[in-house]
Amino acid sequence: MDNMQIYARLTDIFHDVFDDDSITVTPELSAADVDGWDSLTHIRLILTVEKAFKMKFSTSEIGKLKNVGDLVDLIGAQAQPR
Amino acid sequence: MNALYAELHWLPRVPADFTARLKALAGSPAPLGRELQALALHALDLNQLTRVAKAMARARGAGKSLDPLAPFRLAILSNATVEMIVPALEASAARHGIALETILPPYDQVAQEALIPNSMVNSSKPDAVLFAFDYRSLPLKLTLGDEEAAAGVVEGAIGYLEALRNGIKAGCNAVCIFQTFAPPAEPLFGSLDRALPGTLRSLIDRINLRLAEFVLGSGDVLLDVAGLAETVGLAEWHNPQLWNMAKFSFSDELIPLYADHVARTVAALRGKSRKVLVLDLDNTVWGGVIGDDGLDGIQIAQGDARGEAHLAVQRLALELRQRGIVIAVSSKNTDEVAREPFEKHPEMLLKLHHIAVFQANWNDKATNIRAIAEELSLGLDALVFLDDNPVERGLVRQLLPQVAVPELPEEPAFYARTLAAAGYFEAVAFATEDLKRAGFYQDNAKRLSLQKQVAGVDAYLASLDMTITFQPFDATGRARIVQLINKSNQYNLTTRRYTDPEVVEAENDPSVFTLQVRLADIFGDNGMISVVICRSGDPETWEIDTWLMSCRVLGRKVEHMVLRELIEHARAAGIKKLVGTYKPTDRNKLVVDHYAKVGFTKILEEESGLTRWEFPVNGEAPEAAPMKVVSLFAPAAEGSLV
Repeated sequence: MDNMQIYARLTDIFHDVFDDDSITVTPELSAADVDGWDSLTHIRLILTVEKAFKMKFSTSEIGKLKNVGDLVDLIGAQAQPR
Repeated sequence: MNALYAELHWLPRVPADFTARLKALAGSPAPLGRELQALALHALDLNQLTRVAKAMARARGAGKSLDPLAPFRLAILSNATVEMIVPALEASAARHGIALETILPPYDQVAQEALIPNSMVNSSKPDAVLFAFDYRSLPLKLTLGDEEAAAGVVEGAIGYLEALRNGIKAGCNAVCIFQTFAPPAEPLFGSLDRALPGTLRSLIDRINLRLAEFVLGSGDVLLDVAGLAETVGLAEWHNPQLWNMAKFSFSDELIPLYADHVARTVAALRGKSRKVLVLDLDNTVWGGVIGDDGLDGIQIAQGDARGEAHLAVQRLALELRQRGIVIAVSSKNTDEVAREPFEKHPEMLLKLHHIAVFQANWNDKATNIRAIAEELSLGLDALVFLDDNPVERGLVRQLLPQVAVPELPEEPAFYARTLAAAGYFEAVAFATEDLKRAGFYQDNAKRLSLQKQVAGVDAYLASLDMTITFQPFDATGRARIVQLINKSNQYNLTTRRYTDPEVVEAENDPSVFTLQVRLADIFGDNGMISVVICRSGDPETWEIDTWLMSCRVLGRKVEHMVLRELIEHARAAGIKKLVGTYKPTDRNKLVVDHYAKVGFTKILEEESGLTRWEFPVNGEAPEAAPMKVVSLFAPAAEGSLV
């Protein structure tokens, strides 16, 4: 899975989770930029990502996320065959 | 995770236009209740539920009415994070006809909110208070092996809940909804945990029992979360990572299921539980088609895997009847044929006297179900309709959206479980009168004469996106052709049986015109559903030797399309006249008027009931039905046919 594909799926997920089809998903996008991205919605976002990509993140991995770029890196790393 | 429960498989899949319909709500005039309920009546995940709840909030914000949803105010007291659950509750309540308004005091203010008379919860005067506690909210101390101390811990926990209840009763007199407690998945000793007093498992077991007794005695309401967690599995229910990260007391993946159970309970409190189970017969109550397979051919015996699946449906229906649910039947069948298994099959659990209204005829099911509701003097929203056929389910859902129609899996063994999981008959109390209720309807069982069809059947048929395919007999279709010729009893004009070699003969005889018909629709391919054989009779005449159709596609105007196809080929072959025969048997009363209905003129009627009919090939063909026609005939084949 390349980054293009990850961003494409994340865009759908963001629209669904935030109920807002106007969100453009970029690496720099973070909680400060999106209306309604509070701590609970953040968890709903992460849970939705885990389900959509069929992967699980550790609590510390989730704790370190600062923006969408970090999230994409995390997904990319798990998608690699280990 | 078991998908039936986690993904609410009794509800239809989310439609492709879900987002568009949600958006359209903003522009549509109030009241929005019906459309919100229609959207919520799909298998929504947490994000989709949240989006429906947001649309409801926007509608409320804009001052729009949510009628006809019934308003209900629910306060939630919890030791866990419930903010993410609340939108799911609101959307799930809409699914059950409730406009839910939630009152959510700040985190971990349980005792203050219950006990202080002018607290946020008490002063908001809710209709009900949900104590959404998990075991971590209770003062539980391990008292291993100490019976007396264990009893003290149990009484302490119950006393705490009782004190909270009394606070609410004094403060606002709302209905109290208590949850049983799901024990943690992790054992201490192992199996001994269940037996030894004072282990967490043993304490929670006892608290649940005591709580259930207490609730039954006090007139409060129980939500059996422990039962729900057992059903899906404790290891699936509890997610320690989510508890640590955000204080979620159970897995996010089970929020839609939990929310639906809360909504059912609230709907039951508002008297919205269903009261009638309407059963299809063929392939629902028994395996097979009684009209074709006969009394000996249907599968309903103990010891036969398929039969036992359908017996489980019957057993569930009987048990529901025992608790007061009315049982009715809606079947596309000749009445006498449909009653035969009830009267004569020794393995049938359901008997005719269990059934309040028995509707077996050839009308569409929406018309029949409406008649059942009228006969019972109940609203359509009291009915549940169980049918294995997705086309029938879709028709009833579209024309009678108030009727609950569960989706069913492919495998009949899961029919009963799916119906039970949907929780249509949720009850918050049980009175001895309930035991007699089903009997009140007993004497009313009679067949209704139905004239008018529910409007909109044609539009529904068009929405099925049907494709009908015509072909002459060939080697590929032969096995199924032989099967249909030898099995079809009901939609069969002459009931002539032919062996495989005889069918090959017809296939190769240039003087015989053969037709195999397939039908596909949005639900999939129905396969071969009709067979016609015409033989050259008098000059320029085709004698319709065989015309049969599978009853599964009844009411779709397939027979009209078949005649149109016949006419076309007859014209090409220089034929002037089609002649058909209806030869009565004890099974084919359904088609006594077949030829009249498609435009033939009667030319003969015998004592025996046999009739002969003719149709001039240059006459007016029946109107085309809304389906795509594919005709796979080699052009050369036509010329050789006289």
